[in-house]
Amino acid sequence: MSSDKRNFFADRDIQVILGTLLRVGVIASMSVVMIGGLLYLFSDHAVLIDYRNFNPDKSGFSSIPAILIGLKDLDSKAIIQFGTLLLIFTPVARVVFSIFSFLIERDYLYVLIGLFVLSIILYSLSDKLVG
Amino acid sequence: MSVLLFTIIVLAGAFLAGLVGSLTGLGGGVIIIPLLTLVLGVDIHYAIGASIVSVIATSSGSAAAYVKEGITNIRIGMFLEMATTISAIIGAVVTVYLDPSYIAVIFGLILLFSAAMMIVKKLDRSDNDTSGKLAMFFKLNGTYPTEEGVKKYAVHRVLGGFIMMFFAGIISGLLGIGSGALKVIAMDNIMRIPFKVSTTTSNFMMGVTAAASAIVYLHRGQIDPGIAMPVTIGVLCGATLGSKILVKTKTDKLKVVFAAVVTFLALQMIYNGLSGKL
Repeated sequence: MSSDKRNFFADRDIQVILGTLLRVGVIASMSVVMIGGLLYLFSDHAVLIDYRNFNPDKSGFSSIPAILIGLKDLDSKAIIQFGTLLLIFTPVARVVFSIFSFLIERDYLYVLIGLFVLSIILYSLSDKLVG
Repeated sequence: MSVLLFTIIVLAGAFLAGLVGSLTGLGGGVIIIPLLTLVLGVDIHYAIGASIVSVIATSSGSAAAYVKEGITNIRIGMFLEMATTISAIIGAVVTVYLDPSYIAVIFGLILLFSAAMMIVKKLDRSDNDTSGKLAMFFKLNGTYPTEEGVKKYAVHRVLGGFIMMFFAGIISGLLGIGSGALKVIAMDNIMRIPFKVSTTTSNFMMGVTAAASAIVYLHRGQIDPGIAMPVTIGVLCGATLGSKILVKTKTDKLKVVFAAVVTFLALQMIYNGLSGKL
């Protein structure tokens, strides 16, 4: 019973931290997207756009290095894409955090499961999957 | 169309999608994809890329609130994510090889199914019987707070739920949606997890599942900043407002109206897909 209770409280702490982590990630990425969006509208608001046909090379910021280079030049689209990246990495960060919390709880089975999920996501980071 | 006009229309549409989505429990992508493709003539591949980003935004945004209440079962989430992340990537890789008209038809069918699931009265089948060996081995059984105190629950048919989640992940990666309706089947109907736990846990999982396929979309150039920006901002603002009014309003009537709208959109998507207009 006492060990049950201790685990319960440890779980509660972890959940509070997890909730905060998710919230901070969302707020940070939304702020970056908004800043980029305002810059984009300010400079390009009258430009005509056409999204009728999908063209893989059109967006220009379709890899992490390209986004980071664009970010250095303060390119508005690169800033939006960086905000999107922050958003994508928020749930990934929470997987990493969960792995550490399972490690503290000495729940090695779930450390392995977490590492497995993380490695699948990291594998998708390599652009091997896009032919 | 000019960038400004396009941004304003998408922003307004995404806001409405996020608002109604959070009130009825259906994800924003269900409205976003038809809005972009049917109304604004955007290629479905761009619409999928924008939609998946909105899925991550709503998942992380609402999961942040749920997780703190201690209802989410992180172990169940992590365990099932093994299935959903692999299959989401498979779906995301396959989607570009599929003819857009096929994607439209599959999307329409999933929409019809989601609309039906939304109005069907759900039966709570959770119980506290002894669960199988797999649930014990993976420590999936848990507790959650209710008004009458902390309640225990047992998880059933782990393998069946796992396979169903694999399917949900493929659909999610293929269409850029959260596929919540399929996750409900896996968790409520097959694994018999209590509603509150399954809803919050599936919401929590959606972000991770979507992140896996979003990276594939990003590499392929399907996430266009000009579309993703108003979609993300609109959906998140709408969903935040929706979750605040949810507590005060009765949503039964709204659900029926929304189910009708979704059914109409579904038929449009299927028609356009079959006639090759998309």
